[in-house]
Amino acid sequence: MKVIYLSILLAALAGVVVCSVAFGVTNIPFHNVLESFLHYNGSNEHLIIQTTRVPRALIAASVGACLAVAGAVMQVMTRNPIASPSTLGVNSGATFFIILSAWWLGLSGQQSFTWVALIGAALSGGLVFFMGSIGRDGMTPVKITLAGAAMTAFFASLTQGLMLTDGKMFDQILVWLVGSVAGRDMAQLQAVWPYMTVGMLIALLLSRHLNVLAMGDDMAQGLGQRTAYIKLSGAVAVILLAGGSVAVAGPIAFVGIIIPHIVRYLVGSDYRWILPYSAVLGAILLVSADLGSRYIAMPKEVPVGVMTAILGVPFFVYIARKGRRT
Amino acid sequence: MMSKYKSLRSERAGFSVLVEKKTVWITLILLILCAAVMVISTGLGSKWISPMSVIKVLMGEGEPMHQVIVEKLRLPRVITAVLVGASLAVAGAVLQGIIRNPLASPDVAGITEGASFGAVLFIFLFGGTVPIHWMPLASILGAIVVTGLLYVLSWKKGVDPLKLVLIGIGLSAAIKSVSYMLIIAGPMQLAERSLTFMTGSIYGVSMDKDVLTLLPWTAVLLGLTWLQARSVNIQALGDDVAQSAGARVQRQRLVLIALSVALAGAAVAIGGAIAFIGLMAPHMARKLVGSSFGSVLPVSALLGALILLLADLAARTLFLPRDVPAGVLTAAIGAPFFMYLLYRNRNRN
Repeated sequence: MKVIYLSILLAALAGVVVCSVAFGVTNIPFHNVLESFLHYNGSNEHLIIQTTRVPRALIAASVGACLAVAGAVMQVMTRNPIASPSTLGVNSGATFFIILSAWWLGLSGQQSFTWVALIGAALSGGLVFFMGSIGRDGMTPVKITLAGAAMTAFFASLTQGLMLTDGKMFDQILVWLVGSVAGRDMAQLQAVWPYMTVGMLIALLLSRHLNVLAMGDDMAQGLGQRTAYIKLSGAVAVILLAGGSVAVAGPIAFVGIIIPHIVRYLVGSDYRWILPYSAVLGAILLVSADLGSRYIAMPKEVPVGVMTAILGVPFFVYIARKGRRT
Repeated sequence: MMSKYKSLRSERAGFSVLVEKKTVWITLILLILCAAVMVISTGLGSKWISPMSVIKVLMGEGEPMHQVIVEKLRLPRVITAVLVGASLAVAGAVLQGIIRNPLASPDVAGITEGASFGAVLFIFLFGGTVPIHWMPLASILGAIVVTGLLYVLSWKKGVDPLKLVLIGIGLSAAIKSVSYMLIIAGPMQLAERSLTFMTGSIYGVSMDKDVLTLLPWTAVLLGLTWLQARSVNIQALGDDVAQSAGARVQRQRLVLIALSVALAGAAVAIGGAIAFIGLMAPHMARKLVGSSFGSVLPVSALLGALILLLADLAARTLFLPRDVPAGVLTAAIGAPFFMYLLYRNRNRN
């Protein structure tokens, strides 16, 4: 049954991707979309499809999938329902390091950005994780969430300070403040794909162990799991997934919170299902949010990161109100 | 034997504050320190003016050029730093008292974010058409709206302080990204101004516009908050104890949150979203004088003023000729401080 639903969702994903390629400021008929792949003729419409729309839809789908899976993995690892790359400071760390490297070392290639983003994600995520888990009662959701919020505030101030003191950087950094999938090309996606794929594979391979880990550290250890090893691999997966996403799309908020919660509602608590469902639904969410973002202030576009941030608030409120799960 | 405390109370006005003598001494020392830093800071900058000359200027007998620099440029900035720092610090002290979590502050809970969003929205909607002195109103309104929203959303048979903080974190992330969107979408010159505001800076404040706008707010609100010291102390005991002590917990909480919001909103209106002062100052104050709010309030106000004075001094002199927003400096000290607090509080819930 779950396989059937998953394939239906995959079909839905294909559907929104096609829509995302066809609709926008210029609406392009579906047969034209198909034609541009089969008989590319260099017309304006074909150009739009191949150079902007298709990369954009694919980037949105990959980033959405990665962030959702990263969120799901983080939630089980930290036992915190509000954990996600954006709340625990991973995204903002990665972003700040990209900007710092661009300003200080003059880096600009997608490949180097990706490495810098991974380092930033690892550093800030690791620090938040560490600060949130010291103490007798171990990691509590409140502690780690507060640590994440402080880290985010810290990096945001530094980023803004950098922008304001160096006028030349202002334009370039502006793009990095809120996540967006617009105006990227295929090469940028290709540069981060390997990292995303490896991260995704690690996460999927871990899913069975995550089920055990979800029962609690003591229980998992009692069942013979080497929890430290599993957590380390989980952290590597999260860093690859979130760092790769930020390197291509900037900090996109809350996808990692919204999706795992919907998915748990749909398929229960088995991570072997949660992770693939999260990937597909995350992709659907970001592609459709991106599609929607073209229509809100037409012909201008709202960055998709703003859309997800607003969509995420109800989830945040719901989870916080439901009470603390420790 | 002489008592450690001196009590000030009035049946009619309905307040009672216990003052520890040690607090009086510490307050005096901090006052002197603050005054000294103010004078020195006024003298420092691209043109050095000796403390003696600064005092002369203040007495109205300085050289004309010093007079201009001090009165037009540096003094407004120094006084603003004191007012903004003190307001933010007390707003944070109140909030930490109610939320009973030492890690809470107006910036973590989203109140500052709401205030700065109000101002950014104002800049974009009326950029140039409505006089700028209405901006404080916009930012106070922003703070009120966001806090109201927070309050309603975290209400479940009373406000659970921890829920308030968690929801605040989520809300402030969303608000921040909407502000960023305005900045990206809008014209360039507005973008820079809004971003400066979101970072927090007291660059270019003037005496009659900024200082005189903020002064009455800060003075009145600080006074009112001090009179509420007793309810903060009761709130800090926790809901159950407070209730059985006869306190109307939820009503007190509402009043205190309102005071905290007004203080933070007014401060942000002038200085922008300067981060982490509301977190740091109350902690240092409690370290110095214990946790009775009647003592914490004046001491944390002075400490907040001192922190912002020093941060702004560093921001405008260390990177000459650039003038870095003071908010960057406070965040740079504040975040490690926060981490230290997490470490210190690692064994409590």
